[in-house]
Amino acid sequence: MKKLPVSQLQALFAAIAADRKLYIPAGEAKTAAFTLWREGLELTAALNTNRSGKDLFFPQVENLVDFKVTGKQIEVIESRDPAEPFVIFGVRACDCRSFDILDKVFLCDPVDSYYETRRKHATVVTLACTEPEETCFCTALGIDPTDPAGDVSGWMADGWLYLRANTEKGEALLASLPMLKDGEKPEQDKSVFDRLPLKELDWSAFGGEHMMERFHSPEWASLAESCLGCGTCTFVCPTCQCYDVKDFKTSGGVKRFRCWDSCMYSDFTLMSAGQPRPTQLERFRQRFMHKLVYYPSSHEGEFGCVGCGRCLQKCPISMNIVKVARTLGEEAKA
Amino acid sequence: MQERVKAKAIELLENGACDRVLGWKAGEFFYDVTPAVFTSREEIENEFVYGPFCGANQSKYLIAESRKGGRVGAFLKPCDTCSFQQLQKEHRILRENVYAVGVQCAGMCDIEAVKAAGMKGILGAEDQGEALLVRTMYGDRTMDRAAALAERCKVCKSRKLLGCDEIIGDQGEELASARFDEVARLEAMTPDERFAFWRNELSRCIRCNACRNVCPACSCEKCVFDNPDSGAENKAAANSFEENLFHIIRAFHVAGRCTDCGECSRVCPQHIPLHLLNRKFIKDINELYGDYQAGADMETRPPLVNFQTDDPEPSIVHERGTNR
Amino acid sequence: MRPDALIPMVAQVTAIRQDTPDVKTFQVVGLDGRKPFLHIPGQCAMLSMPGIGEALFSITSSPTNEEHLEFSIKKCGCVTDWLHAVEPGQQVTLRGPYGNGFPVDTAFAGKDLVFVAGGIGLAPLRSVINYVRHYRDRYGSVDIVYGSRSKADLVDYQEILDEWCKEDGISVHLTIDNPQPDWDGHVGFVPNYVKELGFDTGKTVIMCGPPVMIKFTLAGLMEQGFPREQIYTTLELRMKCALGRCGRCNIGDKYVCKDGPVFRLDQLDQLPDEY
Repeated sequence: MKKLPVSQLQALFAAIAADRKLYIPAGEAKTAAFTLWREGLELTAALNTNRSGKDLFFPQVENLVDFKVTGKQIEVIESRDPAEPFVIFGVRACDCRSFDILDKVFLCDPVDSYYETRRKHATVVTLACTEPEETCFCTALGIDPTDPAGDVSGWMADGWLYLRANTEKGEALLASLPMLKDGEKPEQDKSVFDRLPLKELDWSAFGGEHMMERFHSPEWASLAESCLGCGTCTFVCPTCQCYDVKDFKTSGGVKRFRCWDSCMYSDFTLMSAGQPRPTQLERFRQRFMHKLVYYPSSHEGEFGCVGCGRCLQKCPISMNIVKVARTLGEEAKA
Repeated sequence: MQERVKAKAIELLENGACDRVLGWKAGEFFYDVTPAVFTSREEIENEFVYGPFCGANQSKYLIAESRKGGRVGAFLKPCDTCSFQQLQKEHRILRENVYAVGVQCAGMCDIEAVKAAGMKGILGAEDQGEALLVRTMYGDRTMDRAAALAERCKVCKSRKLLGCDEIIGDQGEELASARFDEVARLEAMTPDERFAFWRNELSRCIRCNACRNVCPACSCEKCVFDNPDSGAENKAAANSFEENLFHIIRAFHVAGRCTDCGECSRVCPQHIPLHLLNRKFIKDINELYGDYQAGADMETRPPLVNFQTDDPEPSIVHERGTNR
Repeated sequence: MRPDALIPMVAQVTAIRQDTPDVKTFQVVGLDGRKPFLHIPGQCAMLSMPGIGEALFSITSSPTNEEHLEFSIKKCGCVTDWLHAVEPGQQVTLRGPYGNGFPVDTAFAGKDLVFVAGGIGLAPLRSVINYVRHYRDRYGSVDIVYGSRSKADLVDYQEILDEWCKEDGISVHLTIDNPQPDWDGHVGFVPNYVKELGFDTGKTVIMCGPPVMIKFTLAGLMEQGFPREQIYTTLELRMKCALGRCGRCNIGDKYVCKDGPVFRLDQLDQLPDEY
């Protein structure tokens, strides 16, 4: 394990940024975001960013390919953004787990090369949590926020930053930073995590084996009744990955791009032949069934939620995965 | 107040005035209440809450609720009643299917404002007159009660309850509000400064549509931005400037109908001060056509759809633009 | 840069046949003039015109057609409106094949087959039917029940008359919804006709058509005692990627683009009724 006085963080960032891009969580608490580091940019005081780290691997909008159309002829032109090595620093354990969840979607056959390229070029440096928010529930999903994964795991304690390489990429990064000294991190007092109000959430009613019972629950009607049908929960969610493919006519041709889409939107499944999810109830149900039933069914029981709490903080009407889990969980027990 | 509102909700159901009431359900914490429809005394007794975090403007729900058959009861704050009347003026709410109870309001709290005061791990809050005691995972702390208010409540424009069937609490008055101060500050900027201000604020937009979907003035059956046949469908813009235009177009579309309820800024996950765009329109309308509050009454013709011979000429745009 | 499944190849429309007033069949080859890829009957492909959009269509030709791919396409939306306006020689983009396809070489082998189709629903079945005709000795009896609103709306009518009807061991049962002067065949809806024909419950049924046809045909088949494991259908939901990622064509934990579009009835029984 390596260490560095927190007072020298800027020097560390400068060294990392010398030969690759560096993104750190920065900005005032209410608008914190992973931001391209430039001299003097400091870590945010917020526990986490508004938008999750998925943005750096699966951006909201990205070019897929360009076309040139001349008469009846079509030419396909590669137009993807160039891949550059980058470091994403200060990822929390929840967001780091979300990368595993997204990997299973984007890296299975046939591999999504856009996502894969970014993943390969990235070195993820995590940061252990010390002061969780009341909305945090990663521990209820088997994540240890005090021992985050990543290529490099990081801890801040007593004025020191401790870094441990977990992968070859992580070792290469640490080896390139001469200011790091050897050191062992002190034992962390983890008692605050025992006081998390949502730590005992019960997920036993969910998973692929409960698909039909949960799908047919009468509770969806009241859970979904005040949903505004906006995409906030899906866009701030670190594991939501639904997308749309769109064409944009430019002066010289056509740009085909992909952008985030939301299962909460009314036109998401609309076809000329009909609409399989005609009301907000079906759309709302789809989102939570995907996270808690469909994803685990296809991925050895792993839930598609990492307990980051963003949907708890951001939903305009305060409806979220915790309320859904509680309501359906109680119904399952009754 | 909670007990009076709950008692009224039960009374409305039991005396047959309504067959359902719109209210709030408690959440995991003290602040995360969710709008909900209640149909029985038992539900109301067990789950109905009303308190300082019930800030959501429920008037928009009445568009759908008033068309579901039967009669729905609603509890509206003074600012909500403006939206309620405006939606009736636009023939969106079927008034006869709503029983409106106006609830006097001393300002609603916003958990984001509590967080902005530096509170972390928030577990509870207690009113202590001028102060708010906040219980957190890291101990109890106090903050200024007024600082916990939602932005729109800090600059509340009126406590008048409009067009309700009955009222809980006293009828209020219009207030002297400082709500245009921030707009004036933006107006005092140079065009370049102002452009930079909005580009920066709007750069955070994730196009989640929360502002549009919560907005009582955005009540189109099918928004042009969602409609593939409109030619303007736009889920994500090809560039950031186009993205900014979404908000500007939306502000134009609600101009003259926006009541300044502030929901757009309340729900924005990226804390973009969207209400300032709308307030600029309101301020301009006040200055150019005389004071006008959308939804303040059922009679006044909205200035932007009303022609008068002394209306300002289109050249006003150029003149005002170059004067600054 | 490595290629990506989302980046299509360019292909060319070589011939267009007007099948019905609103259905055309398009022959498509690669730029080298050859069939773009191999497929299994029932599989689909993404066709697109840059600037107009991309959409999923079932491949109507049989894999035994070695010259080209065929797509029978009904005019009903933005991409299909555009396709109906093009002329031979037009290039389009193409990617695929996608989906599981019908188990033509496994579950269907040696079985008596009953095809039930309505309207444009014949398109995906035509691939199977022509495959079965090509390898006729691998299958038992073949019945084709096909219905449409009117005679003019029967897709592939000429091929049905000239080829399918003349082949030994294949019984074609055509029907139209309402009587019309130049029609001396059966009149009535497909579900009732299937019932009237009273097929042996040991046969394997392969269905595709509008939801209302599927619904009532199924009810009839259940009444007759057909086991649900012997009934196959192919589904269509909105898709953007066809790779199981864009998130909109799932029915429960199954993606129509990847796990389907062909499902056995007993498999659908295990899934939520959201299609």
